[in-house]
Amino acid sequence: MKCTVNGQPQEIDDVWEGESLLYALRERMGLPGSKNACEQGECGSCTVYLDGTPVCACLVAAGQAQDRDVVTVEGLASDDELHPVQQAFLDAGAVQCGFCTPGLLVATHDLLEREPHPSDPEIREALAGNLCRCTGYEKILDAVRQAATTAAQAKAGLE
Amino acid sequence: MSTPTRTDQNLGTDIAGGVGESPLRPDGTLKVKGEFAYSSDLWLTGMLWGATLRSPHPSARIRSIDITEAVRTDGVYAVLTHDDVPGDNLYGLEHADQPVLAGDVVRYQGEPVAIVAADHPETARRAVNKIVVSYEVQEPLVDPERAVFDDTAPALHAGGNVLRHLPIRKGDPDATADVVVYGEYEVGMQDQAFLGPESGLAVPADDGGIDLYIATQWLHVDQKQLCRVLGMPANKVRLSLSGVGGAFGAREDLSMQAHACLFALHTGRPVKMMYSREESFFGHVHRHPAKMRYEHGATRDGKLVYVKARIILDGGAYASSTPAVVANAATLGVGPYKVRNVSVDCYGVYTNNPPCGAMRGFGAVQAAFGYESQMDKLADELGMDPVEVRRRNALHEGATMPTGQVVDSAAPVEELLERVKAMPLPAEPDASDEDGYDLRLLPGGVSNTTHGEGVRRGIGYAIGIKNVCFSEGFDDYSTAQVTLKVNGGDAVATVYTAAAEVGQGLVTVQQQIARTELGVERVVIQPADTGVGSGGSTSASRQTYVTGGAVKAACEQVRTRVLRQAAKKLDLPANQLRLHAGKIVSADETVVAAVVDVLGDEAITETVTWRHRPTYPLDDNGQGNAHVQYAFAAHRAVVDVDVELGLVRVVQLDCAQDVGKAMNPDAVVGQIHGGSAQGLGLAVMEEIQVSGGTVRNPSFTDYLIPTILDMPPMRVDVLELADPNAPYGLRGVGEPPTISSTPAIVAAIRNATGLDLTRVPVQPHHITGTP
Repeated sequence: MKCTVNGQPQEIDDVWEGESLLYALRERMGLPGSKNACEQGECGSCTVYLDGTPVCACLVAAGQAQDRDVVTVEGLASDDELHPVQQAFLDAGAVQCGFCTPGLLVATHDLLEREPHPSDPEIREALAGNLCRCTGYEKILDAVRQAATTAAQAKAGLE
Repeated sequence: MSTPTRTDQNLGTDIAGGVGESPLRPDGTLKVKGEFAYSSDLWLTGMLWGATLRSPHPSARIRSIDITEAVRTDGVYAVLTHDDVPGDNLYGLEHADQPVLAGDVVRYQGEPVAIVAADHPETARRAVNKIVVSYEVQEPLVDPERAVFDDTAPALHAGGNVLRHLPIRKGDPDATADVVVYGEYEVGMQDQAFLGPESGLAVPADDGGIDLYIATQWLHVDQKQLCRVLGMPANKVRLSLSGVGGAFGAREDLSMQAHACLFALHTGRPVKMMYSREESFFGHVHRHPAKMRYEHGATRDGKLVYVKARIILDGGAYASSTPAVVANAATLGVGPYKVRNVSVDCYGVYTNNPPCGAMRGFGAVQAAFGYESQMDKLADELGMDPVEVRRRNALHEGATMPTGQVVDSAAPVEELLERVKAMPLPAEPDASDEDGYDLRLLPGGVSNTTHGEGVRRGIGYAIGIKNVCFSEGFDDYSTAQVTLKVNGGDAVATVYTAAAEVGQGLVTVQQQIARTELGVERVVIQPADTGVGSGGSTSASRQTYVTGGAVKAACEQVRTRVLRQAAKKLDLPANQLRLHAGKIVSADETVVAAVVDVLGDEAITETVTWRHRPTYPLDDNGQGNAHVQYAFAAHRAVVDVDVELGLVRVVQLDCAQDVGKAMNPDAVVGQIHGGSAQGLGLAVMEEIQVSGGTVRNPSFTDYLIPTILDMPPMRVDVLELADPNAPYGLRGVGEPPTISSTPAIVAAIRNATGLDLTRVPVQPHHITGTP
């Protein structure tokens, strides 16, 4: 199976038809950042981009990623610089155990791409598919608001 | 550059990131980059994967186990049963009553019977399905009341079905009162639902021992049980903590640890085990379901005269931490109130239901739903404000608990209630404005089940009490090793403990303590493993208290040595020197040396085993100083209820909690948010549904935990009333917010609907009255 992950071409052999994209990423490509918390599309911990659309990697068969472009949490930071969404989660205290974090980062990244200034109800709606058991979500909301503000300021700075 | 003073005289600012500040967590960057190594991420070349065959029956005799076909499967390296356990085939936290692999009997659905290791996880799972077990199915004992009172019920263990009965007797058992309220309450079985599944990697070592990389709450208690099971000494069973994806009590007991070690010994290869979510529901203990009867007697002006209670906690098939859960439910059974006459009987029993043990706030959570429901009932009976009736009975410092223990530090019960009551209320929904509704803000949400019609608002209050640290005479300690040495031109402290970071932020607090005590900025937290003494359990809200206390004490000893060394070098009295921002400062506030110069090439290391003040067992009447410290939190909940459909939306959930000292204010608030959310889950959605001993909803599709849409905004008010007995005056933080959150929400639903609601979680049919 061939695909692109985080900009790098990947090729893996002997993919069993029942293997998920999540398994392929974690166990075959050495990218365990996407997490395996429910493996039935309920918790969002394995959220990755597939051709620019966020999906639960546990519900995508590895074979379905053939010739497609995958971006995982490991692909959000550029070089040593955290993406503003990652920095905001860190700064806001939105990370406790951190198991839900990779999926939430991808989902938040996607939300801010679509809607740079989300209202609280919009944030809640966008992240309703990502379960977190530690934080009670308050600091996740803070993080998304912060990331939106940072992005807006960066944009204003450029203009 | 040379100066006459020879050393830099700038005192500098205080080292940033010390106690009382909110520095970022040291593992945060790895976590946001997806590079933090959780136990499920571990990988070694040539490793095998383990899978588990579990009993489909809650009660059965095993006639035979045929592994022939499983062994013959290509890619399978080992198929093991109870015959392959080299040591004692029993484990348990305090009572070793649970088989590593079932022998002649299974006592709950999901009990491990056999295990398979193969070169691919799916191969292992398929081989598991080829094992043929012949069961003689038996009628399960599933009614916990029957387990207590019916002598004809089959005894599930040699000592009978009552694992612990704890009576608490205080004052006059025959006291009477003008006003009496009676209630029966039930708490369903809640799951901790941590997100990181049970997992670990066992690696056989050249010395014949095992190195186990594992997500757990207490490395040394795992090690102790594994030594017994494997028949090996502690120096051959070495555990290292892997990344832990949440715990909440569910990692106190062994899950796959022993199985992975058996495989590693048997195959000579590294073996990884990782549960799926479904298996996780069978792989750890849950919160004890409770059946409670309460009778409260009070004067007409709302002063409690007596409380009588009977609490039955269903421990399921094995003991786990049931005895301690019983102790909490009994000793905290009347809540944070002054009551002269108390009679509580609390039972923890064996049944063929799923085993229950530790979950955040254990024992206290169940009792709080009972006593707080009763306080509301009493307020109703008296026509009194629910906060007022609580105020009139509020515990305070110096008061005596039902166990005879005097509360000897702050107990701001009244103040916490007043604070949540004084917080501003959210705006009333305006149902009259046809265009004013936002579906997302209504019960049922975007299911579009109401535009405001049939929606009633309610407000509820609750307060809870929790013991912090281990109780009843348990030798509760933690070990910390602190080293100070020069590295890269800076003085760097290294903190080494075996205490488990599970997400709560202990690693951050350890750094903060070392910064404050040693005046150094750079603090390295060494990975936790069994190479150092026990850190005790990450439970009972105890780690910042006990491991924090150990780190503080070790730092103090290191500091004493550094100052002694400086005194010797500088020919100054040591007792007039102190450490400040990497400098040695004399009594007249002059910098006399830099720490790096005093240290030179030497590393100063101190190891301290630190204990909190002793506790004592309870006597036959439940009397004794059993607890170290009490902690309190209060909640106010505001809910909107669609009374026609029984749907609840929690609109606002506010909390006030006394934390003694906010060691890391941001992390403290994070604990309060998260704990409150778990209480919300128990109030309105979370229950493992068990029917005839069989779990009906072992998945995140059917077992619901709160999403970001379910969790309302929270206002949090943190009090810091120091406990003079505790390090820095701190009070354990993790559990109290889970305790009062549930009864406050249910009180609000009662307030909105006028219904009794005696069971949590409250389900739609409880509100609509439909079957």
